[in-house]
Amino acid sequence: MARAESLRIVHLDAFTAIYHRASGITHLLASPAPEILATLGEAGLSRADLAAKLAAQYDMADFDAAALAERLDELVVSGLVATA
Amino acid sequence: MRHAFSVRIGPVGFRIGSDWRAPVAQLETLYADYPKPEIPDFTVRLFAARPWRRFVRPSVTIEGDFVLPDAAPLPLAQGLLAAEMGMNLQMALGQRRFLLLHASAVERDGRALLMAGVSGAGKSTLAALLSARGWRLMGDEFALVDPATGLVHAFPRLVSLKNTAIGVVEAALPNARYGPLMAGTPKGDIRHLVPDAAAVAAMNEPVPPALILFPSYGFEAESRAVPESEVFVRLTQASTNYVAIGERGFDALTRLVKTVPARAIDYPDTESAIAQVEALWAAL
Repeated sequence: MARAESLRIVHLDAFTAIYHRASGITHLLASPAPEILATLGEAGLSRADLAAKLAAQYDMADFDAAALAERLDELVVSGLVATA
Repeated sequence: MRHAFSVRIGPVGFRIGSDWRAPVAQLETLYADYPKPEIPDFTVRLFAARPWRRFVRPSVTIEGDFVLPDAAPLPLAQGLLAAEMGMNLQMALGQRRFLLLHASAVERDGRALLMAGVSGAGKSTLAALLSARGWRLMGDEFALVDPATGLVHAFPRLVSLKNTAIGVVEAALPNARYGPLMAGTPKGDIRHLVPDAAAVAAMNEPVPPALILFPSYGFEAESRAVPESEVFVRLTQASTNYVAIGERGFDALTRLVKTVPARAIDYPDTESAIAQVEALWAAL
């Protein structure tokens, strides 16, 4: 189970600027991190549900479970995603 | 303090106290046409670190509401520079109402052109030269973006001209008023240009930004569009208070980046730069 923190999200060309309200830190993220955050939402999802939703909503042909786990772990380290 | 001076520059009021008469007298002369603040936002103090330093090789220490711990004192002959540095420091460290961009700004037809870049990129020089061609000088150091409206507020302090820029601007504006030439400062030779009457008269009028330029001096003339994400990163670095004002800064900056086109221009000489700026502006 993971959920996105309270964020301000603005899409800029290839990147997405994200303001993390809790820390006041600005992040500049490349795909698929913004898509993961948007899909998780603040309510949160289990890893399996997240993978299923991402696969349904986005064209993520070359994206496997291991890669998703890595991206998710990075987002947790950055503080943008909290684990429950 | 023995001597005091206050001035309002755009929306910001300053009070400068000094142990010596000379810097205050220079400020009074150069800022003679500026209004007085109702209440100063920032205070700067120029004082002698030791009592005898008022008289013996007088040395000006800068203090204020916000200070840098390791700022070296300046000789009294550079007292005006000390005052200006102190005022800039208060803005850079203490300004919270506006998103502060380290950029020069000029206005034409009710819209602002912002020029951001590192020291030596020519921000001040280009702003001064454009003001000689009918643009309104809004400021050579800081552009103030109001997070509530997105408008750019003017901050037309004295224009700080350095080294070769001094002669270039004196030639373009022979009838303008200037401060004393201060040779051998930590930043080289410095001379201040007094913004013209139009700049002071209109300094309370904010305008929407229309173009952001990142000039670089010393290259063949060239121009390229700068993508939004690069503009965003460059301007967070060019802002002294982006982090301090939090979410308002994020909103103000992303709005600016999403709505205003940005270009990087390389220029071999100021004449070429002015021609490029005028052409880009005309093409908007």
